Formats: sequence, structure tokens, C-alpha cells
Amino acid sequence: MKPPAFEYFDPRTPEEAIGLLGEHGDAAKILAGGQSLVPMLNLRLLRPGCLIDINAAAGLSFIEMKGEELAIGARTRQRAIERSALVREKCPLLHEAMPFIAHFQIRNRGTIGGSLSHADPAAELPAVVTALGGTLILRSVRGERAVKADDFHVAYLTTALEPDELLTEIRLPVQAPQTGSAFLEVSRRHGDFALAAVAAWVRLDKNGRCEAAKLVLAGVHGVPFQSAAAQASLIGTTLSPGDAAQASRLIATELDPQSDLHASSDYRRQAARVLAARALEQAASRARMQAQE
Amino acid sequence: MSQRVIRLQVNGQPREGEAPARKLLVDFLREDLGLTGTHVGCEHGVCGACTIVMDGEAVRSCLLFAVQAEGASIATVESLADGERLHALQQSFHECHALQCGFCTPGILMSMLAFLSETPAPTEEQIRVALSGNLCRCTGYQNIVRAVQMAAARMAGK
Repeated sequence: MKPPAFEYFDPRTPEEAIGLLGEHGDAAKILAGGQSLVPMLNLRLLRPGCLIDINAAAGLSFIEMKGEELAIGARTRQRAIERSALVREKCPLLHEAMPFIAHFQIRNRGTIGGSLSHADPAAELPAVVTALGGTLILRSVRGERAVKADDFHVAYLTTALEPDELLTEIRLPVQAPQTGSAFLEVSRRHGDFALAAVAAWVRLDKNGRCEAAKLVLAGVHGVPFQSAAAQASLIGTTLSPGDAAQASRLIATELDPQSDLHASSDYRRQAARVLAARALEQAASRARMQAQE
Repeated sequence: MSQRVIRLQVNGQPREGEAPARKLLVDFLREDLGLTGTHVGCEHGVCGACTIVMDGEAVRSCLLFAVQAEGASIATVESLADGERLHALQQSFHECHALQCGFCTPGILMSMLAFLSETPAPTEEQIRVALSGNLCRCTGYQNIVRAVQMAAARMAGK
């Protein structure tokens, strides 16, 4: 089908975009990469009064260090992140996850901010940014605020964004020394949404024992899924295959994924458990390699 | 509905048209510029039939509005052949029988054009991953993979 009619704005600055959002609020949708929004328009699942196209707005596309953190502009194309040497060096978990997002043609347009704002539960980026402990910068005519990724994802397709707010930047802590990470996914075909995906990292102390761990699942819950018990179970261990299996059992017992036409609840829970164990083992082996250097 | 004037480069030529904001780029190319080589399939970014190259990158023209192509440089399947002489990609698809009904072919050719310019000597695995964003429902992928391998060798040789 063809999209319904809408009023179209293409502001040249973020300030202008924020002004338009303030004016139109709920009636407006931000058009970034359009790789989720335009299908929804074409299928007429959405009928916004106006679109605010931020593709011509300057200053929303960048990848750079700001102090100790990696800062990524919200409209930065996923493909630019995939190709970035800085991302590969500072946030290897993000680098590893990028090729799992749809197909290269989609990543050529799709943006990091668009994916986070759309908040599809099977999408990779919300889980990765949550695992990394990222901070999202939201701007409106009322001012600017910083929201932790943990607090940003509220429910299925729902974020902490107010109707007048624009996500402008993502800040990611860089990977610490003695740390290893891994991203794994199961989908029907390459590029499909994840039936289950996992983003994990672990950090070793000087004795080779785990001092910090993060394990986040996608595709199995309304928002990126974490288990405090699973993470706590890893602290102080040597991250043996048995330790990884134990943590993955703990997170799987807390899971209650929905069944749909792509996979049953049991299948998703099983896939998540197996992937979580593999990701933890891979992250641990990478952390040990880091520690040896 | 208000119309907007859109000026852009298509296949090396300056072109101009007028369209309402909601007009998809693929429909603008086909209906307003008369370039019907680009096909409209699923209209939600899944099938890849409408893939074109915009400013050097393969993109879905069903997920862009024509107004967003203002000032862009676009290549469609019509840009490939030089008169009667087929592009190496087209010639390889022809020789390997990599198309049957041909509906998906324009999108596959433009995807592979962008892919091979970035990855001139791909492995079979890389080709299969790169093809995953284009659906073919009749030829089967074996011959398509073979054609892309042949085209890569020919394009590297020239």
C-alpha cells in the first residue's frame, strides 16, 4: 500500500526539529532512517499528522570520544557504526552486533537513534546499549536530560521519550581492560528479527576471577531482559563452562517469552539459555586473552 | 496536497519532477521519471526488488520518500548496460541462468553492484550474506551465487 497523507517538515537544525516537535507533539513522528517507520506508514499501521524528517538536520551524525565515553549522534547510520574503527576499538560488543541488524541495504539508512526510539523487543541495539550501560541524551524545548538505557526502555515499543523529546545522542562507556564481550543471535534467516539474542560482557580481576558481568537478552521479552541473580552468580567465579551454564539456567528460569508464529515460548527460552551460556563462555575467553596481553 | 519540486541526478542525468511528500521514491522513479526497471515488490523493505544505489550506497527505494532524494545522485538498473552491451553483472546473470521471471533481478543487480564495489573479491559466504536482503522465489539462489562469483572475477579482471 501507499502511505497516508501527512504534513512534511525537513528542518536544517536539531533546534528547529525540537521546535516543531514542541509544536506538534503527539501528532508528529520523527523520520530518521525510516526503515521501521516507513513500512508502518506503507501498511497504514500509523497515520501521523506530520513527519519531521531529521535527515537534513546538521550535527546529529557523528562518532567521537567525549571525555571517557564514546559519543554517537542519534542519526548516525548503522552502516557507519559497523564500519567505524573507533567503535571496533572502544566498544567491540557494539561492533560485533551490527551485522546482525537486518541487511546491509537497511543498515545503509537505518540509524542507531531510530532503532532505540522504535524499541522493537527483538532489535539488537536496545539490548547492546543496555548491556554497555549507555546513556541517552533527550532534548526538547524544555531542555536536555540524560536517561540511562535501563530506564529508557519502559515496555513493548515504549520508551521514556516524551512526545516533545528528540533523542540526539548516545553515550557509551568504553570497554574496560581485562574485559571480554560477545553477541550471539538465533533467527530463521540471516537478517530476520531475533528469535533470541544475547549481549554479554565479563570483567576479570587480577586473579582471573570475574569481578563484573552483564548479560542482556533480546527477542524474549517486551524490553531488554536482565537477571540480577544470573549476573550475581558469576561474580567471584573463574567463568568456567559450568559457571556460564549456571548463570544461563538462572536467567532462563526467570524468562516467560511469548509464543508467536515464529517460535514457541519454550523454543525461545531454550534458545536464550543456550545462547547465554555460549556468549558468556566466549566473553570469558576473550577477557582472558585481554588479561594475557 | 502540496507538491514539492525535486531535483536530483539519475543515472548521470539531471532530472526534475514534482511530487507530494508521501510519494515513495520508487513510484517517483517509475511514474514520474519513466524508469520502470526498478520494481515494486513488498513495499515494506523486505523483498529488495526496489533496491537502487543512492549516493554510492544500496538502499530500498520503497522506504524513502521522493522528497528525501532532493540533491541526491541515484543509479538504477537502467544505468548498467552501455547501449546493447550488457554490464559484467548482467552478462554473468544471463550466462549462469541466474534469473527466471526476472522480477527480483533489478534489485539484486543493484545490491550486488554496491556490494562488489566494496568487496571486490568476495567469498561464497560473503556473497550469500549480501544476497540475504533480496528475495528470489523462482530461480533459486545457486545460479545467482555463481553469477555473482563470475561477475566479481570479470569486474576484477577488467
